[in-house]
Amino acid sequence: MARSRPRVKVPKKAEKGEIVTLKTLISHRMESGHRKDKKTGNRIPRKIINKFECTFNGDPVFKCDLEPAVAANPYLKFTAKVERAGEFLFKWYDDDSSIYEKKAKIQVS
Amino acid sequence: MRDISRRQLLLSTSGFAVLASIPSKKLFAATNQYQQQIDQFVGGNKLSEGQLELDLPEIAENGNLVPLNVSIDSPMTDEDHITSIMVVAAGNPLGGVATFHFSPLSGEASASIRMRLARTQDVIAIAKRNDGSCFLAKKTVKVTIGGCGG
Repeated sequence: MARSRPRVKVPKKAEKGEIVTLKTLISHRMESGHRKDKKTGNRIPRKIINKFECTFNGDPVFKCDLEPAVAANPYLKFTAKVERAGEFLFKWYDDDSSIYEKKAKIQVS
Repeated sequence: MRDISRRQLLLSTSGFAVLASIPSKKLFAATNQYQQQIDQFVGGNKLSEGQLELDLPEIAENGNLVPLNVSIDSPMTDEDHITSIMVVAAGNPLGGVATFHFSPLSGEASASIRMRLARTQDVIAIAKRNDGSCFLAKKTVKVTIGGCGG
């Protein structure tokens, strides 16, 4: 399977105290564990992103627990209040214990 | 008591209180346990309807990709903020969809995700404030082609 590629959309600049919208997308099959292999009839084992985390300069902003009912290529939109310049860190946790990461900086005017 | 379907229970406003009084839920053990997930999430705290907004299409042509947005008004300060919002689907093989966890740094208690729906069913969202009180919202989505594979 192709490597999961995370993408994030974060504004480059914000006013102090502004609430910015963050959008994330990661390419992932999100195999639910309910589907059956058409040739063998066996159940295809579950392999999903089960957790997502967003921190700002190390402080938790937003977290999400994902279940098999989340669509393939999970998209998440949420907000963050920006009081100072810094860096967002986005982390996706896969069932196979791989972790995908992405960083994005924001400036405050 | 077992003659009452879960749907009927949910429809009645006192449904949650009634359900909590049923000692055994083994009847549904092998299926979608969304009601138990709700009970666990609420944890006996005050549950009220309204306030929480759950945006979903009325008709989803493709159950593999149903956009969902939940939001609730909250000052999001250290003293008064929404800690989490749980979303469950009543008619999927498994009840859970996603649980969003917020912090005062979130600024707003609002999140979007895309979910899978196996068939026409109710989607339920519950928000929890830091003092434990919970808010419920429910919406029925008609699904033309079910997701979740087969």
